[in-house]
Amino acid sequence: MSDEKEDAPAAEELSAHRLLGLTDEEHDHIVRILRREPRPAELAMFSVMWSEHCSYKSSRRHLRRLPTAGPHVVVGPGQNAGVVEVGDGWLAALRIESHNHPSLVEPYQGAATGVGGIVRDVFTMGARPIALWDSLRFGPLDRARNRYLLKGVVSGVAGYGNAVGVPTVGGELAFEDCYSGNPLVNVMCLGILRPDQLVLATAGRPGNVAVLLGAATGRDGIGGASVLASASFDVETEAKRPSVQVGDPFEEKKLIEACLEMYEQGLVAGVQDLGAAGLSCALTEPVSRAGLGIEVNLDAVSRREPDMSADELLMSESQERMMAFVEPAHLDEVMAVAKRWEIDAAVVGTVREGGNVSVYSGGELVAEVPAGALAGGAPILDRPYGEPGWMEDLWSHTISFMQEPALANSLLALLDDPAIASKAAIYEQYDHMLFLNTVVGPGHDATLLRLKGTRRALAVSTDGNGRLCYLDPRRGAARIVYEAALNVAVVGARPLALVDNLNFGNPEKTEVMWQFVETVEGIAEACRALDIPVVGGNVSFYNETDGLDIYPTPVVGLLGIVDELNFTPPRLDRAEAGMDVWRFGPTWAINLAGSAFEKVTFAHVGGRPSAPDPTSARLAIETARRLAAGDLASVLHDISEGGLAMAVAEICIASGVGARLYFDDWRHLFCEDPHRFVAAALAQNRQRVTEVADQLGITAEPIGSFGGGEISFERAGMRTSLDLAVATEANRRALPRRLV
Amino acid sequence: MRAIVRVTRRPEIADPPGLTTGRALADLGYGEVAGVRIDRVITIELTTVSAADAKRRVEEMCERLLANPVLEDYSVTIEP
Amino acid sequence: MTIAVAVFPGTNCEMDVVWVLRSLGAEAELAWHRDVDLAGASAVVLPGGFAHGDYLRTGAFARFSPIMAEVERLATAGRPVLGICNGFQILTEAGLLPGAHLANRDLAFICRFVEVEVVDTASVLTAGTQLGQVLRIPLNSYEGNYLDPSGRARLVLRYLEPNPNGAQDGAAAVANTFGNVVGIMPHPERATEALLGSDDGKVLLEAFVRAAVTTPAPAGGARSGVSVV
Repeated sequence: MSDEKEDAPAAEELSAHRLLGLTDEEHDHIVRILRREPRPAELAMFSVMWSEHCSYKSSRRHLRRLPTAGPHVVVGPGQNAGVVEVGDGWLAALRIESHNHPSLVEPYQGAATGVGGIVRDVFTMGARPIALWDSLRFGPLDRARNRYLLKGVVSGVAGYGNAVGVPTVGGELAFEDCYSGNPLVNVMCLGILRPDQLVLATAGRPGNVAVLLGAATGRDGIGGASVLASASFDVETEAKRPSVQVGDPFEEKKLIEACLEMYEQGLVAGVQDLGAAGLSCALTEPVSRAGLGIEVNLDAVSRREPDMSADELLMSESQERMMAFVEPAHLDEVMAVAKRWEIDAAVVGTVREGGNVSVYSGGELVAEVPAGALAGGAPILDRPYGEPGWMEDLWSHTISFMQEPALANSLLALLDDPAIASKAAIYEQYDHMLFLNTVVGPGHDATLLRLKGTRRALAVSTDGNGRLCYLDPRRGAARIVYEAALNVAVVGARPLALVDNLNFGNPEKTEVMWQFVETVEGIAEACRALDIPVVGGNVSFYNETDGLDIYPTPVVGLLGIVDELNFTPPRLDRAEAGMDVWRFGPTWAINLAGSAFEKVTFAHVGGRPSAPDPTSARLAIETARRLAAGDLASVLHDISEGGLAMAVAEICIASGVGARLYFDDWRHLFCEDPHRFVAAALAQNRQRVTEVADQLGITAEPIGSFGGGEISFERAGMRTSLDLAVATEANRRALPRRLV
Repeated sequence: MRAIVRVTRRPEIADPPGLTTGRALADLGYGEVAGVRIDRVITIELTTVSAADAKRRVEEMCERLLANPVLEDYSVTIEP
Repeated sequence: MTIAVAVFPGTNCEMDVVWVLRSLGAEAELAWHRDVDLAGASAVVLPGGFAHGDYLRTGAFARFSPIMAEVERLATAGRPVLGICNGFQILTEAGLLPGAHLANRDLAFICRFVEVEVVDTASVLTAGTQLGQVLRIPLNSYEGNYLDPSGRARLVLRYLEPNPNGAQDGAAAVANTFGNVVGIMPHPERATEALLGSDDGKVLLEAFVRAAVTTPAPAGGARSGVSVV
C-alpha cells in the first residue's frame, strides 16, 4: 500500500478538525473512541459538544470544589437550571449565563439571544420564568465603540426581555478598561414551579420520540459555540464571523406557553432546550442521561434555508427551539398543544436501547457516535496554573496620602462615576413591573419579589467586582459572595442558594488559570462559611482581545428568602429628616486597595484588598435581616463601591433629604472593606437597635442624622458639605450625559 | 439629486417580523404567499451635482451608519 | 356577568388583569383570541403585552383575530371595553378608537410611575373619579406616543407635565363618544396595592367593574344604533 495514498485523506481530516476548533489530541481521542476516522457530521458534533463553552473541559476539574448540596436543593448543577425549595409548596429554578462574545459582534442580538437562552434554561425545567437580572460590563464610555456596545446591549435586553414577557428587575453595570474589547453580558433568570411540574432533561424510555418544537433551523451561529465562545478575538477572526443569531421573542413567548401547557397536562417525559451546540446537544445529552440511544432523521427538521448540510443542521444555533421527549401515547396531544400556540413541531428521532446516536440524512447514515462520548465525554483538561510574578508587585503598589483629600469633591467625583451612579437610565427601559411581584425593584441593594398566594418573598442580588478580583482573586471572589448575601439580608431575606458566572481570559495562560482556581476557592470558602449551596453556574473563558485578558470577573446571583413578609422592606428612599444614621460592622476600615475612591481620584489600581472574615460576615447578615424583619430600620444599605460616604449619599439622593455625618479618619468614608452596612432608623428605635446589636455582638454606632439640604462631613467641629441638589443632579446625569 | 437606499437583511439572517407577517397573510387567506422579508427604504435628498459622487458618498454613509454589515446588505440607486 | 380578558399570542399581562379584577370582586375569565363567542361576557379587557411581537406595527395582526368581531359586537352594544397599553394599540388598529400609536418621543421603552390628571369623568374608566384628580400609575411602553389626526378622540386622562412620551395633548387615556370604549396607555392594574408602589389605579378599575355589572344591555339585542367611535 502506498504511503502517500494513506497520508492524503488523513491530512485533509486534520485540517478539517482544526478548522472546527478541535485540537490534534482531541481528534486522536475521537479516533480511539470510534475506532476509525470520524465522518464529517460526527466531527461537527464533536466540535460543538467538546467546545469549551459546552464541555467545560478547562473548568470541570476545579468546579468540583464548590459545595453543591443542601437540604433544600432539589436539582443541583448539571441540569439546565438549579432548583431549590422555597417553602409553601413552591420551588424556584435559577440559572445565570453569559453571552459575551456574541455581544461584541452584534450587541443587540447578542444580548437579546442571551436573554432568550437563559429564559429557555429555566422553563425547560418546568418553571414559569418570572424575573431576569442583567450584569453588564463595558470599557470606559469616553470611547465611541463602548457607548455603541452599551446602547446595543441594553436595547437588546430591553427589546427581548420586554417582548418575551419576563420582567427584568435588577442587574449591574460596571466599567473597566479591560472590558473594552470584551464586553461582559451575564443574564440571570428565576422561575417558579410546583414540585409536580418539575421536568428533567431526560429522554425517558426506549420508544419515546424526540419532538423538535419552535423555530425553523437556519445557519445561525454555525461555529458559534466552538469558534466564537472558545476562542479569543483578534484582527483575523473578524473575517471569520459566523452567521449572527437573531432572537424572536414572540416565538419564545409562544414556546413558553406551549411548554408550560404540556407540562401541566403531563405530556412530556423530558425536555431540553437548544442552546449552544443546538441539535447535537439536545439529541445527545438527554439520551446519555437516560443511558439510552437514539435514531435521528434530519430530514424531518424544519429548515429556514434550502440546501442545508447535515453538519450545518447539527451545529446550527438557531434560537427559540426546544426538544421534547414524548411517550408515543401522548404525541397527538403534544402536537395539538403546539398547533394551538402556533409553533411548529416535528418528530425528529426515536429513543432506543443501546448507547448510540445514529443520525440519518437523505436516507444515509451520516453519524453514529456513543451518546456518552459526546455529552460529558470531552477529555477533561488539567491546565497548568501558577501565581503570576506580578502579584507581589501589584500588592506592594500602594499609594500613600500625604494629606486628606477634599471630601466633598471626592464624593462628587464618585457620584459622577458611571460605574456607581444611578442606573435609572438603563432600568427604566426594562419592564420591571410585569407580574405584580416587584416589591423592591431596581435601584436598591437587592430585588424583592413577593410570592403570590403565600406570605413569602424571594430576594435576589447579582454582584461582581472585577477590579477587586484582579487584585486578589480569592479574597475578591469570597467578598462578592458575602456582599451578595448581605444585599439580600438588607431587604430582610436569609441567603438560600447561589449561581455563579465565571468570566475569565485565556485559560491557556497559567496566570489566568491561577486566577480561575483562586476564584473558585474563594467562592467555595464563602459558600461553606454561609452554608449556601451552588446550584448552577456558567464559565466563559477566552475573554481576551489582542493578548489582553479581562480582569478575573466572577459574577454571582444569590437567592434569599423572606419567610414572612410582615414588615415594610427597607428601601433607599425611606429616609426622613430626624432619623439617625447608623453604621454596623468592624470599625477598623482604612484599606483603600481596589476601592473606587483610588481609581476615580487617582486612577490607581493596586495594593492588596482586605481579606473577608466569615464571622463578621455572618454577623452582618443576621443583624441586617433582623433589623429589616423587625421594622427597626427604614433604610439598610450595604457599604460597597464608594464606601460609607457613597452609601449615605445614595440614601440621601433617593430619599431627597440631606445628612450630617461625624467621622474621625477620612479613610473610613471611602473604604470598601466588607461586612459593613449603614442604616436610617427613627430616633425612637435607638434603644431597640442597640439591643439587637448587643445581643448579636456586632459593633453599631450612630454616626449622624438625616435632614437639611446638604450631605456634610464633620470632624472636630470642622465641616465640609456637598449640596444635595448638586449631588443628585450629578448622580442622576452621570450615565445619560455620557451616552449622548 | 436623490438617493434611494434599500437596506436588507442578509439572506441567511433570521427575519422574525417577516416570518410573522407571512403567517398572518396566510391566515387572512393569501395562500400564495411563499415568503416575506421586511426591509427598509431610506430616501436621501442631496445637493451633490455628480451622480458618481453621490453614489460613492451614499455608499460610504451606508458603510458607516445606515446599514449594519453584520446583519444587513444595502443597495444605492441615484435619481437626478 | 363575566369580564372577558383577551389573550393574543404574545399578550403577557392577562394574568395580572384577571388577578386584579377578581380581587375587586369581579368575575373574570381568559378568552383566547380565536374564540368567536363571548356570549357570556358583559365586558372585555384587552390587556398589555406584545401581541404578535409588535411586528409590522403594534396591534396590526391582532385586529384580525376572530375574537375582535366579538369585541366589536360588545363595543357597538354599549358594553364596557377597555384596552390597556398593547390593548389600546389593538383598539386603534381595529378602528374601535380613533388615532394610532408611534414610538415614544425619546425612542426608548419607558418603565416608571407617571402622574395623570382626570379631564373627563364620562367614561367607564373614569366614572368614579373627580375632574382634576391626580393619579399615580405606571407607564410601561415603547409605542405609547398616541396621536389622533382626526381629532375625534375624547381625552379622559392626561399626563401631567412633562409629557413622558410625546403623546398628542398629553393623552394617557381616550374614550369613544359614548364612553364605553376606553384605551389607556399606563397600566392601572399595576397600581392597586400600596405594597407595589401605588393603589391609585383601583378607582379606575372599580369604575370599569361597576360598569361591567350594571350597564344594562340595550333592548332588542345587537345593533342599538350606538356609534362606536
